[in-house]
Amino acid sequence: MIQLQHVSFNYQRQEVLSDISLLFPLGQTIGIAGENGSGKSTLLKIIAGIQRPRKGTISIHNESLTRIHANDIAYLPDTDLFYSFYTTKELLAFYASQFKDFSVQKALEVANFLEVDVNVKLKKLSKGNRGRAKMAATLGRNTSYYVMDEPFSGLDPIVRESLIKGLIQFVNMEEQSIILSTHELHDVEPILDQLIVLKQGKVIAQDDLETIRFETNQDAVSWMKYVTKEKVK
Amino acid sequence: MVREGGYEMTQDFTRDKPIYSQLVDIICGDILKGKLQPGDKMQSVREYSLEVGVNVNTVQRVYKELESMELTETKRGQGTFITSEEGRILRLREDMKVKLVNQFLQSIAAFGFSREEIVQILQREEGTQ
Repeated sequence: MIQLQHVSFNYQRQEVLSDISLLFPLGQTIGIAGENGSGKSTLLKIIAGIQRPRKGTISIHNESLTRIHANDIAYLPDTDLFYSFYTTKELLAFYASQFKDFSVQKALEVANFLEVDVNVKLKKLSKGNRGRAKMAATLGRNTSYYVMDEPFSGLDPIVRESLIKGLIQFVNMEEQSIILSTHELHDVEPILDQLIVLKQGKVIAQDDLETIRFETNQDAVSWMKYVTKEKVK
Repeated sequence: MVREGGYEMTQDFTRDKPIYSQLVDIICGDILKGKLQPGDKMQSVREYSLEVGVNVNTVQRVYKELESMELTETKRGQGTFITSEEGRILRLREDMKVKLVNQFLQSIAAFGFSREEIVQILQREEGTQ
């Protein structure tokens, strides 16, 4: 379990996250939605142990989250941070050199499932295929948590669908969890257990998606619009 | 339902009902249409998750629901099977008929139609087929 208690973060005077308390149990897929600038990326970086909160605490498996304990979390950044002259195979070898929990074999299986040609340089791949390569590298790690910043952003529906199926196929929902931010709620909703909505650095709503449908007859997209508007007034 | 030859677009869901109950309805429909026969082995939870593009936890709930409706049975170490009790399936058929008719009656009442005029149209449709 990852637990955030009263977490705040700011860049100089600008408050990015304020007083966030959240629980992320194992065995779930949790979506984080919110407008641009609502603090999603910063929140994910804090969960992944890349940024330290200015205030508040964060723990994983009941121990304070430090860079050392953060090794049970695999993080997928929203930017292309990789050397573009690497092929996917070389990228996977690089991951293997960085992470003890990395399985080249599993990563290759994911790449194969997503139909990425692992011998082509990343810069020669389409954006969609780079997204797939990134997903293969991330899922090659065997960690309790996968934290993914906008894994579907800017990708066409077919790529999104194959990535979603990759998550179903290669993440073990009995002992792992996925925390991901997304704008593509309509596509992603069927694989989410719960949704957290951020606005101006605060959690304004959080619920189980099947509960939302059952109680409000709304899907994730309309519910999010509803709660976002409510809080503006 | 095809898996060979690439990806089948995932199931689309209406927004007014939980996804698990929509999947239960789809499987009930497959049983009634005979697409799933008594005694047929069902896909594993993960296989079905992949096919419909839905969270494993949600599909687990679907399988639990079908089991509690006694439409399926799980044999240890072998998987989940459609019930071979034909009586249970006949009962599902009857229940579903009543449910659909009730829904229909509610919607014609909402538009203020009388049952008589609707029955007339049903009979006329019957004649043209």
